[in-house]
Amino acid sequence: MPNHIKTVNLEFSYKTDDGVTDVLKGIDLEITSGSFVAVIGHNGSGKSTLAKHFNGVLLPCGGTVYVNGIDTRDDSRIFDIRQRVGMVFQNPDNQIVSSIVEEDVAFALENLGVEPAAMEKRISEALAAVNMTEYRTHATYKLSGGQKQRIAIAGVIAMRPDCIVLDEPTAMLDPVGRREVLRTIRSLNRQFGITVILITHYMNEAAGADRVIVMNDGKIVMDDTAQSVFSQVDELKKLHLDVPQETELLYELAKEGIDIGTATNVDECVTQIMKVLDRK
Amino acid sequence: MILKAENITHIYSPKTPFEKKALDDVSFSIEKGEFVGLIGHTGSGKSTLAQMLNGLLRPSSGKIYLDGEDIWAKPKEIRKVRFAVGVVFQYPEYQLFGETVYADMALGPRNMGLSEQEIKERIEEAADFVGLTNEQLKRSPFELSGGQKRRAAIGSIVAMRPKVLVLDEPTAGLDPYGRERLLRRIRQYHESGDKTVILISHSMEEIAENASRILVMNHGKLELCDKTSDVFRHAQRLSDIGLSIPHITRVMLALKEKGVDVRTDIFTVEDAKAELLRVMRGADIV
Repeated sequence: MPNHIKTVNLEFSYKTDDGVTDVLKGIDLEITSGSFVAVIGHNGSGKSTLAKHFNGVLLPCGGTVYVNGIDTRDDSRIFDIRQRVGMVFQNPDNQIVSSIVEEDVAFALENLGVEPAAMEKRISEALAAVNMTEYRTHATYKLSGGQKQRIAIAGVIAMRPDCIVLDEPTAMLDPVGRREVLRTIRSLNRQFGITVILITHYMNEAAGADRVIVMNDGKIVMDDTAQSVFSQVDELKKLHLDVPQETELLYELAKEGIDIGTATNVDECVTQIMKVLDRK
Repeated sequence: MILKAENITHIYSPKTPFEKKALDDVSFSIEKGEFVGLIGHTGSGKSTLAQMLNGLLRPSSGKIYLDGEDIWAKPKEIRKVRFAVGVVFQYPEYQLFGETVYADMALGPRNMGLSEQEIKERIEEAADFVGLTNEQLKRSPFELSGGQKRRAAIGSIVAMRPKVLVLDEPTAGLDPYGRERLLRRIRQYHESGDKTVILISHSMEEIAENASRILVMNHGKLELCDKTSDVFRHAQRLSDIGLSIPHITRVMLALKEKGVDVRTDIFTVEDAKAELLRVMRGADIV
């Protein structure tokens, strides 16, 4: 698998009135094409700052970021990078630029100078990918939060990126909207092979990823499969992070001396408990 | 009984093509000192209901009683109701505008006609509740972090010493740590006296861990109104109306379906653990 995104000793700091605040303190990371990576960490841990380096919204103060081998500081290639790595942010209302759904999806394509005939096809494909085809000519302001987020995702998909970075895309949505967006993200990864980097506060969302990266104080402190990251319940709690309820329950039972495995979702959890009960 | 809603119906844009019934014959009562959770999917009428409780919206029909008095009996005195029932809206930090946090928090108490000394005392008390320092009170609200801004906005309502505090999704957009810290403060506020709290949230976990009674709204109607443990007996029904039930409750439901004799009115990891240990010990596994 080729490396899609690679950071080498990435450092970033802000200047404030009180001096310099180091936000990223040496990040070494490789993300392979087609993977689904979740990044978790409490506010101020540096996860959003890291994400903004993945398509050159921010440029490193130290170290290097490569996207498909291109250094993000290469000014002449920045549009290539942004076309390959799309971003979706938290607030759905801040990301919609047009009053009609299809025009909003077309926005980036127009900027890229895509031919009208090709644009038509790409818009249809993008709307189908986020399951919003029937809303094509609807007014954007009448959409629900979850629908707006899916339109924002469609706008990115229409550029045919290799990778999509989502910074807390469900934080402002209700449970139904959250489910819609997550289903969309998963299908982009599985059906279209798009690399997904999902920054989230919701551990149940992170539990669905192939790989979970935990940030704390500008550094990567854990980087493993969801199973192994969430099995470190005490460590995560020390970092002020939650673990999925399923994981915590089995962890608590294990503490009582019950020989039981781990789980990050309801089905796994039930299976593990049934295994113990069936032992009798 | 501090608050009572009697057959509340509310119709937006009546007699137009956009007519929409947001609340449909809703009745309930809330006792002094209660911590009540209000849940429902988007568009179920939760926020409309919140605006009814302090008289920002007048119901199309039905009555709301505060301390036994119809709040709309004297429409000119509706301001008093707004001081007595403090509503913290969604993303309240967008409503901060004062030059300092102190100035922002002083707005409500000043409108109540209090003396500067009294205002100062109340702000200090409110700042203490929400965990803001004296130094932070002197700063511009725009210099605070997101979580601090949120707490400042809540503090400006608390400073009015409302009899009932209504919070509309106070933890939306906060990280787990910020969420837990804010909820702890709200719990402490509730426990500090005869404070009545109504917490509106999408998060069943949040409601389950804090409220002793839950009102469930669905399409403008009051679908359920019961003690927390009793509401979660209706897990399937809650799921059907678009609410997400706690994962831990789903685990217990799935076990029950597989024939394990477990309680399903469980919504915290602690209770699930106790229940499973009981079952496992009963079967001599432990």
